[in-house]
Amino acid sequence: MNKMLRALGALTLAASAFAAVSSSAHADEKVVLGVAIPTADHGFTGGIVWWANEAKKELEKAHPDLKVIVKTAGTAPEQANQLQDLVTVNKINALVIFPQESASLTQPVAQVKKKGVYVTVVDRGLTDTSAQDAYVAGDNTAFGKIPAEYLAKTLNGKGDIVALRGIPTTLDNERWTAFEGVIKQHPDMKILDAKYANWNRDPAFKVMQDYLTRFKHIDAVWAADDDMMVGVLKAIDQAKRTDIKIVFGGAGSKEAVKRIMDGDKRVQADVSYSPKFIYDAIKLTAEARLKGDKLPPTTIIPSVLITKDNAKQFYFPNSPF
Amino acid sequence: MRPAHTEDIGSESRLSAAARFLFGVGPLIGLIALCIGGTLLNGDFATLDNAMNVLTRTSFIGIIAVGMTFVIISGGIDLSVGSMAALIAGSMIYMMNALMQGFHGHAVPPLLIIALGVVLALVLGALFGFAHGVLVTKGRIEPFIVTLGTLGIFRALLTWLADGGALTLDNSLVDLYGPVYYASLFGVPVPIWIFLIVAAGGALVLNRTVYGRHVQAIGSSEQVARYAAIRVDRVKIVTYVLLGLCVAVATILYVPRLGSATPTTGLLWELEAIASVVVGGTALKGGEGRVIGTVIGAILLSVINNILNLTSIISVYLNAAVQGAVIILVAVLQRGRR
Repeated sequence: MNKMLRALGALTLAASAFAAVSSSAHADEKVVLGVAIPTADHGFTGGIVWWANEAKKELEKAHPDLKVIVKTAGTAPEQANQLQDLVTVNKINALVIFPQESASLTQPVAQVKKKGVYVTVVDRGLTDTSAQDAYVAGDNTAFGKIPAEYLAKTLNGKGDIVALRGIPTTLDNERWTAFEGVIKQHPDMKILDAKYANWNRDPAFKVMQDYLTRFKHIDAVWAADDDMMVGVLKAIDQAKRTDIKIVFGGAGSKEAVKRIMDGDKRVQADVSYSPKFIYDAIKLTAEARLKGDKLPPTTIIPSVLITKDNAKQFYFPNSPF
Repeated sequence: MRPAHTEDIGSESRLSAAARFLFGVGPLIGLIALCIGGTLLNGDFATLDNAMNVLTRTSFIGIIAVGMTFVIISGGIDLSVGSMAALIAGSMIYMMNALMQGFHGHAVPPLLIIALGVVLALVLGALFGFAHGVLVTKGRIEPFIVTLGTLGIFRALLTWLADGGALTLDNSLVDLYGPVYYASLFGVPVPIWIFLIVAAGGALVLNRTVYGRHVQAIGSSEQVARYAAIRVDRVKIVTYVLLGLCVAVATILYVPRLGSATPTTGLLWELEAIASVVVGGTALKGGEGRVIGTVIGAILLSVINNILNLTSIISVYLNAAVQGAVIILVAVLQRGRR
């Protein structure tokens, strides 16, 4: 049914586009939308790539006068080269970019905008916001604040916490500052230590093993990422420790959301930071540009607490993340 | 150096045994110093549980490093081991999950599925190693380039298999397969036993067999080895196959740990393995080295990390700097002969 509706929609759109072509020379301009994103090198970016391709599939089907070109890059220089190719070879007139790095891509993006391309930046903000038309991002402060508040509430403002951090970046700092800020308001809550584990399962396993050796009593773990949470849980199981009441991940991967739905004892909540925002950004940009509209300068996709009650809305079994 | 019988190379090594000894104990001194330092910083470091944790997690890199020792001594290098481990892990999980759904409508017993997974791992490891060896010897391509190429190929294939996400082992298999990583034999975890067996086997082959001497001879001078009628190509191919098998064994132990393979699995293992070999006293230019040194090197590298995790005297931002400094210090300790 859905498919038929979409096909119908596409037909009418095609017809109206055809009508528009015959009536005015200006309106036949197609929207060629470039999407520049990082390569799938861990769960989260895997999700980004998957959602970007989902958006391409759906939108191209719904809008025949839209072309979406998805490019993935492993490093910042590679991404900068892709931007040049997108402009000169593919002749894009709109761009959605998830920058590899904030600072080093600001200039290349500014160059693209200068050529008259409409630019939407996703997640990692540029250092000079005049290089972008619109900004769509997840809420990193809430990503740190929500787990801290949840832990404070569930532990009644008292307890020993160990934390994991991702990769030293502004994004990680933002989350960490927000987390620490909330915990500091509770004098009986203590952060025993926080070490980097690269948003990766294996280092998280090792760091957690060592925390377990070092601290004889731990009430809760802020794993700060669902991938790292997998390693943390394995390490706790191996050590057969029963003092740890809560393990809090982050991002809302399907594995974590499934645990919440299944009523896992230690994983009862998560905070959303879904790679789906790239889908939203592409869709918003494409639809606005097709109509010739603009996006609001900043769109924040809120991070919310996922619990058993609302877990279903965050469960996408087909997504790799 | 004159064209020598392999016998001569053997006696020469006995002559310089004293020099070798001094050169070999450098890493050991480093390791002992680190352990004393670790104990002073945190009493929990010297516990049996912690020692077992460290040795267990060293076992992956350690096993790979033993294979890498052969390749490096023969004058080669393999940069692809981390990606290879990831691809083998992914392929195993992929096949085992598929078999769980039954084969031609028949259910397959889980134990058989795991056995088939293990066989697949070994076959893939040997095949990948063989391909490297043939490309290096018959194809006459620098090993650095061959394995840099496959580093990308293997990881990309895994990422593609996993759709950029994670391949996760079926839950009912996890319970059955788990003991391979988590169980203990006489109080010592299984991976440590396997590590010991692989290391002892490696040392035996390198020092006590004709093949081992040929590997060393080729590394010190390939030309001379050819004159001495050593089948250089065959010996070299076998070093890569051995390394492939070591990677497979490491992967068989790795899969039950987290029960999953992701695009970050095995990331930078190649550098850790190569560093273990070199810190352990094997010359990167080939020709000579020792398996026991490699084992010490591998343990040393994971002890550094362990100590950093057990203390918080230094800013987490500086962890990598501490690692780097210790590695250089150990290299200074064993610089004697070069």
